[in-house]
Amino acid sequence: MLIFELSRPGRHSKGLSPHAAPGQGAIPEKHLRAQPPLLPEVSELDVVRHYTGLSQKNFSIDTHFYPLGSCTMKYNPRACNALAMLPQFLARHPAAPDDTGQGFLECMFELQELLKEVTGMEAVSLAPMAGAQGEFAGVAMIRAYHDSRGDAGRREILVPDAAHGTNPASAVMCGYTVREIATDAEGNVDIAALGSAVGPHTAGLMLTNPSTLGVFERGILEMGTIVHDAGGLLYYDGANLNAILGEVRPGDMGFDVIHINLHKTFSTPHGGGGPGAGPVGVNARLAPFLPLPLVAEAKGAYRLLGDADRPLSIGRLGAQLGNAGVLLRAYIYARMLGLEGMRRVAAFATLNANYLMAELRKAGFELAFPRRRASHEFLITLQGLKQRTGVTAMDVAKRLLDKGAHAPTTYFPLMVPECLLIEPTETESKRTLDAFVAAMKEILAEASENPALLKNAPHTTPVRRLDDVKAAREPRLTWKSP
Amino acid sequence: MTTPDNLKYTKTHEWVKAEADGTLTVGITFHAQDMLGDVVFLQPPEVGRTLRKGEECAVIESVKAAADIYAPVSGEVVAANQELADKPEKVNQDPYAAWMFRIKPADPGELGALLDAAAYQEVAEADKH
Repeated sequence: MLIFELSRPGRHSKGLSPHAAPGQGAIPEKHLRAQPPLLPEVSELDVVRHYTGLSQKNFSIDTHFYPLGSCTMKYNPRACNALAMLPQFLARHPAAPDDTGQGFLECMFELQELLKEVTGMEAVSLAPMAGAQGEFAGVAMIRAYHDSRGDAGRREILVPDAAHGTNPASAVMCGYTVREIATDAEGNVDIAALGSAVGPHTAGLMLTNPSTLGVFERGILEMGTIVHDAGGLLYYDGANLNAILGEVRPGDMGFDVIHINLHKTFSTPHGGGGPGAGPVGVNARLAPFLPLPLVAEAKGAYRLLGDADRPLSIGRLGAQLGNAGVLLRAYIYARMLGLEGMRRVAAFATLNANYLMAELRKAGFELAFPRRRASHEFLITLQGLKQRTGVTAMDVAKRLLDKGAHAPTTYFPLMVPECLLIEPTETESKRTLDAFVAAMKEILAEASENPALLKNAPHTTPVRRLDDVKAAREPRLTWKSP
Repeated sequence: MTTPDNLKYTKTHEWVKAEADGTLTVGITFHAQDMLGDVVFLQPPEVGRTLRKGEECAVIESVKAAADIYAPVSGEVVAANQELADKPEKVNQDPYAAWMFRIKPADPGELGALLDAAAYQEVAEADKH
């Protein structure tokens, strides 16, 4: 039920109603609305019960194991929340003069510095408000760089076929055409195919490493040389940074520009659409093009840099400095961990993934890349199970909800049939991982004994199997009062 | 029969049928719709558009993925199956009846370069592993 359906004419919460503020009446009569807005008319108790009820239906990281591959759903430490919610941060107006917000700006400056160090890049901008916006900014900088040199013939971006769908989308948004590069049988980018694809038309290569197949691109240095020798730039999609945090730096791998998903690797709350934070990092030759604002420090004083300081910048991506609350949480998380803690994040994320992969293999699941070590995530394919029993990856995913675990990512990457992409993250205990393996074993047995049980799953959730075909074919995106 | 013998195929999972009037009818294979799952959206090419062999010319979306459909040969689009836009489920129900567009080939010889049923079956099998 929607809160609009609870609405009764005249019902309201007097104590929470807005009071006439000083200065009201300053808006000219002709700009005032004639009709009140169509907001639900409900009591305070109606609101509290409605949203508490919704929150109880949530399947979330606070309630359940959430091994959603490529999304890095890890626990969000409460300390980050508590500190980012200090009234001095919350009440600060984003357009307040720099000299009244030195503490906030210092935090943001230090976050820029931390991210530079942990990624091996020369400069960082915190402006992008999501991973996809970071990608857009990164590719826009690649374009600005080539254009600034009069190298206008470079109109093609190379993207491996296993890439996140946002990679080709970002390239097209920046006016590029996209060429797909194949993957070899071991899950690496096909280096021969890359070599024959590059040329004077190549603007750059977008790469995730470890890749979406959950393996480290071993030929990364050679790939970098191939792209650079052709005059192209190397873009790092930071979605999988969790696997190598503090251990391997994109800058050292030869990347020219990167984006980082702070809401993944730096553990800020996400899922359900945000808010995100997708800072971009660059090496020296791309630094002039970074999006604004940047935070600068001189003699212990911090200030925001604007157009006058950075005339070659690709510009602003929003009115203010990114999603400030998310940036603060990520900063606190990074400071709590320190470099040593970040290395432990990478080590335990990788250990947990490899433990889970080994246990699931023992339990009879088929790995998509059985000869490869997992990074922080891995792929199983249920193609064999589907052929034997008719049970699909989606059925297994839905049944997992009944067993108390959120489903892994399903049907991505597209090249692996009936796949589950599983990422346990470093924040889960062995006990949780063992419980997941036990649930998967049970489901495997159920698939042979009683496939209908899986076909109709989930059975215990507030809503049962949703008709996603109907939802896609006949979407109803608005509600109207009957 | 999931790969009819009377059709030609592409590595990108289109089927092609030679019509008596010299035009070619194009759709996607049983294997392609099986991999995609329930199809929810389809956008055929505009009639009159000139295509190059291998060019992306139509879009298909399922609950799992969005994919491109490629021109199997060069030529001009002479018809598009608008019914599929309203009833995309027909692609799953009978992929070899659910044609997407008809193309008048610029070079009829290009048809000979397409895969036969046995060769396509190998492509589809390799895809499953």
